[in-house]
Amino acid sequence: MNGSESGFNPAFNIATIKQVVNEAIERVRMPTPTRLRDLIRQIRAARTAAEERSVVNKECAYIRSTFREEDSVWRCRNIAKLLYIHMLGYPAHFGQLECLKLIASPRFTDKRVGYLGAMLLLDERQDVHLLITNCLKNDLNSNTQFVVGLALCTLGAIASPEMARDLASEVERLIKSPNAYIKKKAALCAFRIIRRVPDLMEMFLPATRSLLTEKNHGVLITGVTLITEMCENSPDTLNHFKKIVPNLVRILKNLILAGYSPEHDVSGVSDPFLQVKILRLLRILGKNDAEASEAMNDILAQVATNTETSKNVGNTILYETVLSIMDIKSESSLRVLAVNILGRFLLNNDKNIRYVALNTLLRTVHVDTSAVQRHRTTILECLKDPDISIRRRAMELSFALVNGQNIRGMMKELLAFLERSDAEFKAHCSSAVVLAAERYAPSDKWHLDTLFKVLLKAGNYLRDDTVSSTIQIISSAATERQAYGAMRLWTSLEQSAVSGLATEKQPLIQVAAWTIGEYGDLLVSEASSAISMVDEDGVDDFVRPTEEYVIDIYQKLLWSTQLSISTKEFLLLSLAKLSTRFTTQASQEKIRVIIDTFGSHIHIELQQRGVELSQLFRQYGHLRPALLERMPAMEPVAAPHRDEQELDLSDTSPDHTKPDQDALLDLINGSDSLTNGDVEHQPEQIATTNNNTSSNDILDLLSGLDLTPSVPAAAPAVLLANNNVEPSAAPAALLLDGLFAPPATPQPPHPADANERNAAGAEWERAVLERGGVRVCVSARRAAGAAATLTARATSQLHTLTDFLFQAAVPKKIQLDMMSPSGTTLSPQGEITQVLKVTNPTKTPLRLRIRVSYNIDGTPVLEQTEINNFPADLFN
Amino acid sequence: MMQFMLLFSRQGKLRLQKWYVAHPDKLKKKITRELITTVLARKPKMCSFLEWKDVKVVYKRYASLYFCCAMEQEDNELLTLELIHRYVELLDKYLGSVCELDIIFNFEKAYFILDELVLGGELQETSKKNVLKAIAAQDLLQEDETVDAALRDVGWL
Repeated sequence: MNGSESGFNPAFNIATIKQVVNEAIERVRMPTPTRLRDLIRQIRAARTAAEERSVVNKECAYIRSTFREEDSVWRCRNIAKLLYIHMLGYPAHFGQLECLKLIASPRFTDKRVGYLGAMLLLDERQDVHLLITNCLKNDLNSNTQFVVGLALCTLGAIASPEMARDLASEVERLIKSPNAYIKKKAALCAFRIIRRVPDLMEMFLPATRSLLTEKNHGVLITGVTLITEMCENSPDTLNHFKKIVPNLVRILKNLILAGYSPEHDVSGVSDPFLQVKILRLLRILGKNDAEASEAMNDILAQVATNTETSKNVGNTILYETVLSIMDIKSESSLRVLAVNILGRFLLNNDKNIRYVALNTLLRTVHVDTSAVQRHRTTILECLKDPDISIRRRAMELSFALVNGQNIRGMMKELLAFLERSDAEFKAHCSSAVVLAAERYAPSDKWHLDTLFKVLLKAGNYLRDDTVSSTIQIISSAATERQAYGAMRLWTSLEQSAVSGLATEKQPLIQVAAWTIGEYGDLLVSEASSAISMVDEDGVDDFVRPTEEYVIDIYQKLLWSTQLSISTKEFLLLSLAKLSTRFTTQASQEKIRVIIDTFGSHIHIELQQRGVELSQLFRQYGHLRPALLERMPAMEPVAAPHRDEQELDLSDTSPDHTKPDQDALLDLINGSDSLTNGDVEHQPEQIATTNNNTSSNDILDLLSGLDLTPSVPAAAPAVLLANNNVEPSAAPAALLLDGLFAPPATPQPPHPADANERNAAGAEWERAVLERGGVRVCVSARRAAGAAATLTARATSQLHTLTDFLFQAAVPKKIQLDMMSPSGTTLSPQGEITQVLKVTNPTKTPLRLRIRVSYNIDGTPVLEQTEINNFPADLFN
Repeated sequence: MMQFMLLFSRQGKLRLQKWYVAHPDKLKKKITRELITTVLARKPKMCSFLEWKDVKVVYKRYASLYFCCAMEQEDNELLTLELIHRYVELLDKYLGSVCELDIIFNFEKAYFILDELVLGGELQETSKKNVLKAIAAQDLLQEDETVDAALRDVGWL
């Protein structure tokens, strides 16, 4: 600026120039637009949302009008205001083109705001991308480094695959630039380009290696980032970069040994950002490579021992070092060092570091269990941490550490945790306890006791398969244990019924009802005094009940309005059984009266049971003792032995590895209990043709069927009785039909036959689940090779379903790939689709077990079914 | 790689948003809304990390402002805390003991600083000095232009 030349007042400055300019423009144009600062003030001054909206709308209208009039003088200011408005959540897409005009302007100010706007307002679906690609290309060739910088920054943030392809060569040229400012930005741009279009990696390879010879930390860190991405991209590149291990080790060593450098120092640690990036790249290079691992052992040990740990930065580096030590083929002494660092982390005051430690231990526990075991007490302490995320990690880790030696102690802690834990933990925790108990139980009695405690503590959060598996264990136990079980469960049942907590503990009620029904005679008999009921704490709280009292409690529960139908079914059948377990006439009479009341129950399933069972007190009274005999011991489930039953399960949610395993087990269990009930043709025959002596098995089978966990809590009994739609529950109806109806009653058609196959070749489609307006359809279409594409569509008529999760399993010989679902929230009239790819090289008949879980108004619902009527020619 | 960064106030007002992944506007708004609610609901005793959908959320509160980054599974969450701290230090240096209001009124500057620190979701510069130097140089470039334009406008150039 050379004002004196024109003889102007020497006191002139930028402010006066601006004023002159503003005035000059005001004279020829419309009034100056509100400044950004003033607009922000106005908006902040708005007292209500409506007031704010009116300010914003007014300003938006004004901005639009200036855009229409192609006002280039204030475009920059208007876009800046629009960006602020955009952040408040108002639509601002109409500024997209204006941003491009700013970018095309020669002024740096315009470009700076224009690119900022582009990064905020454009996403890669925009058609304007072609336009911006041209602008970027121009600016990447600019002479001003900051203009190149802006273009690179924008490209890095919003590069679409097309843009990446068009501009890759420009970026490659800029990586070779001598200017560090441009070089580092270009390196990260290359990183993003490769992320978007992995095929473009090749062209960057030559320029990349030289990045590590630079002194500038910005170039080094971006170079390491780029190489890391390349190595993760392809195994060939990984091998190509193995030779840089010594370079990386040298850079890291220099960082540690170099004295204090103020520019890169963070609380006494030299450039932690760069150190962490290098450690991570070393991890990738050393994985499964003994030679490379050998080359980095020393430096890792050095970092692990020399890093200052009083601050977060030091722990950051140690954490990354531990991860690397665990992942590469490191020496065992180094591994011990790493686990000990994590042990120290667990005792750290900083909760973030405790969390990280638990997370890492969880990752390493499968590699080196014994090293982690040493920190067991500390980990159990973390179960009491005030932080919920830490508790969750500690719980997962604790279960991973349970083994035959420590099961008693660990279970005590975990059961205590189960009792006090938040609702969201209970389901997972209780099934993990059940699994661990099954696997490591030191004795039968301990196993039963643990299951009873879980029933008591997990309440309704218990997964439904636990009920059937517990019953199976009791059923196959020794008589003395069965009596013990009945007595223990009676105590819990009575306490829950009296205290009114029964509705919160329905699984407990179900197991107790079944057990007492089977072994009620042992419960009330003198013999029970011989069994020690002293528990671990030395307390004996068992009081032998009278028959009458037991029936009173049943009556209380059965007449409660809050128990679920399936719990009542358990109770009702159990009560009927008790009529043959209890000896006095008075008890039998009382039981009969209660059962009779169900003859007019509002729920059709219970009503049918009531009518049928009451017949056993009248016309068919002579059948009763034989029919209601004790069940034979159930075979314990040994799922993995049956090849056919082994199912592959893929889950759609990638981040829950642990629940997946449970779900798998759950599905396998479910499938076995299902098989128990699935032998429908055989008992049908017995029911219709045999005389009464052999039919005593039938009701037992019937009660066995009631355990089938796949029957949802409120099974659609109407459908059952009329249509036999639900295959798993159908046998119950069939059996009773056979037993109580005239023998000539024609059998309802087998559910599998009800659905006729479509014409071959066309798309096959069936509704597989339908309940309460929620409907799941599965369609199948042949694909190339021995494969098929299945599509599941879920719709809901009335309710909005949240956390919708679709799971599927197929027999082991068939491979199942699940694509990601179209969503997890299903609104009324909406649809969630889930595509499944099934590859079946052996062309075995396809059976598909599906499971659907969701929340209606916060109530979780779980349903499953099996489809085995796919067209036979699906894979031809 | 960082997927996005959000700055929001204790009242849940968004103060800055930087996205490194391409999402439609509607999804961005949904994520922002849900994440703000989730983070604000957390108690002070809880740790700074949150496994949320498929990202690791790392957040830290500075005075009335929450700094919240969504990282990928492989990223070092402790380092992310350092990154957030570095950003705060830079804002502090540039705006002079920064407070929420400074960021509201200078939001574009806050973006410019972030763009010199992080590019495409990865850290590009580990020296505070270099970041501030680059920002200062660009500010100067803008100022020169203003003077230049003014002179042109009144006909002295």
